[in-house]
Amino acid sequence: MGSLRFVWASLWRKKTRALLTILSLICAFLLFGLLQALAVFFTAGADFVGASRLIVQSRVSFTDSLPLRLLPEIESVPGVKAVSHDQWFGGVVGENTPVFTFATDPARLRVAYPEWVMGDAEWRAFEQTRTGAIVGRVVADQRGWKVGDKLPLRSNIFPQKDGSMTWEFDVVGIYDGLDASWQSQTQSVYVNHAYFSEASQFGGGLAGIFAVVLEDVNRADEVARAIDARFLNSPYETKTQSEKDFNKGFFAQIGDIGLIVSLILVAVFFTILTLTGNTMAQAVRERIPELAVLKTLGFSDTRVTVLVLGEALLLCLIGGFAGMALASVMIGGLAQAAPQFFGAVRADATVWLQAVAAMLVLALAVGLPPALRAGRLRIVDALAGR
Amino acid sequence: MSTALVEIRNVTKHYVRGKQKVEVLHGISIDIPKGDFVALMGPSGSGKTTLLNLIGGLDQPSGGEIVVDGERIDRMSGGQLSDWRARHVGFVFQFYNLLPVLTAERNVELPLLLTKMGAAERLKRANIALEIVGLKDRARHKPKELSGGQEQRVAIARALVSDPTLLVCDEPTGDLDRKTADEILTLLQRLNSEYGKTIVMVTHDPKAAEYARRTLHLDKGTLLADSAAAA
Repeated sequence: MGSLRFVWASLWRKKTRALLTILSLICAFLLFGLLQALAVFFTAGADFVGASRLIVQSRVSFTDSLPLRLLPEIESVPGVKAVSHDQWFGGVVGENTPVFTFATDPARLRVAYPEWVMGDAEWRAFEQTRTGAIVGRVVADQRGWKVGDKLPLRSNIFPQKDGSMTWEFDVVGIYDGLDASWQSQTQSVYVNHAYFSEASQFGGGLAGIFAVVLEDVNRADEVARAIDARFLNSPYETKTQSEKDFNKGFFAQIGDIGLIVSLILVAVFFTILTLTGNTMAQAVRERIPELAVLKTLGFSDTRVTVLVLGEALLLCLIGGFAGMALASVMIGGLAQAAPQFFGAVRADATVWLQAVAAMLVLALAVGLPPALRAGRLRIVDALAGR
Repeated sequence: MSTALVEIRNVTKHYVRGKQKVEVLHGISIDIPKGDFVALMGPSGSGKTTLLNLIGGLDQPSGGEIVVDGERIDRMSGGQLSDWRARHVGFVFQFYNLLPVLTAERNVELPLLLTKMGAAERLKRANIALEIVGLKDRARHKPKELSGGQEQRVAIARALVSDPTLLVCDEPTGDLDRKTADEILTLLQRLNSEYGKTIVMVTHDPKAAEYARRTLHLDKGTLLADSAAAA
């Protein structure tokens, strides 16, 4: 029996108590895994999105659309290679299931977003079909949409000129992502802006954002400043930022996700700290004569301290890893069930490293005080029950 | 040159309880030869357990010298004493003090965790020790599955397993009925006579003391008499 087996046996001295403590740790780390994965996703933005593109939006809010006539002016700014534009369509299918839908210029989208991969014929069909729509692979697979399908999409913003909120598009292409990260992002539908602009009761000739492709990514700040300067003191002042920053800002509208997650986790871990700390303290209190016997047999103060600390560590590692494993499984399930929301959320190496760090800190916090107490026990007093 | 295994010279011990200084031992001097079986007797508060703790290296004297097998243990630090106890002393307590989460053989194996012995060798030795105390067939039982006498036998096996120089027993039969107590004392006697183990045993039971070769009487921290057992 090595020391580890001894620690293991000691851990299960009171099975019910150990199980309940481990269950509470599992719950804590399940929450940690889920929330931290969300926080990493929200706060990091899409890390794979580089700085090769800038996003131009209204200085007030991206919900405040900009006129399309700004496009040639943006294009004329030195350092700008190409510009595309998107208008949020607000698509809904079925009862009330949202589908991320944007009205765009097909040719410009193809140039600005080489990460969307589709055959030439499909790109041509998208450009040439006024009612054409292309669908991301993830959402196509999820909904069973394929090329040739009629796609009835309700807009919760834009009615057609006849008053109907339901628009009918023709699926002319399914696009994939350039790599695994982009593939997970193929969750949107693009419709032809020309058709949208002509048929919509309002909102024609507007764009929510312009995506600007740079000639030189190192000049991103300079170009962004030049674009914003171009429209300064005009009715359409702009805010230009990198695509990554734009994504962060988009999620920040929901709230400061990082702060919210941190506050929840602080509350959870404070509870766990007191609960597990109390369990460990109680476990050591009950075993004072046993610990004194170990010291009598020749176990040094340090060795006894390490044994008790090892018990706290084992407890936290079991609960922590089980909770994180469960969180990973749940995140995988969520990603499958609702890829448009959770497709890119995952408990990656960063989240796991944070979790392991949390386990170690927790083990130290709950284990060190009773471990030090155990190490300092005076054998004679402990055996005499003093 | 002295041939005693344990040499106690003018040992004093006092405790401070609150503002009060309590003198427990007053200048005790004893020699315990190798292979002896000594019973320490005396009323409650006479200092017998304190003296036993000093001999076993569980506590340090306030004054005087304690030499065991040529080593001045009264000068050792806490860490040195831990190491010394692991190598030289086996302990048997009144309430057995087995670890309830471990089986008998794992309890017996405990002192060997402090050695560099491999797992197989540790288990082999633990089982030999259990065989000596007649409990080999109970090796896989946990303490709660054993009777009081059996638990004490396991405790004796644990005390024996690292082949210590000295066995220190604090009221080893205090929690047992007469018949079981006699069995345990016979076992200790056998360990003394057959295996040559030097044993120091605290007891307040005169019948238990009869199993020892020699009985030392303490009262109020002073050694009263040193008498050889009749048997």
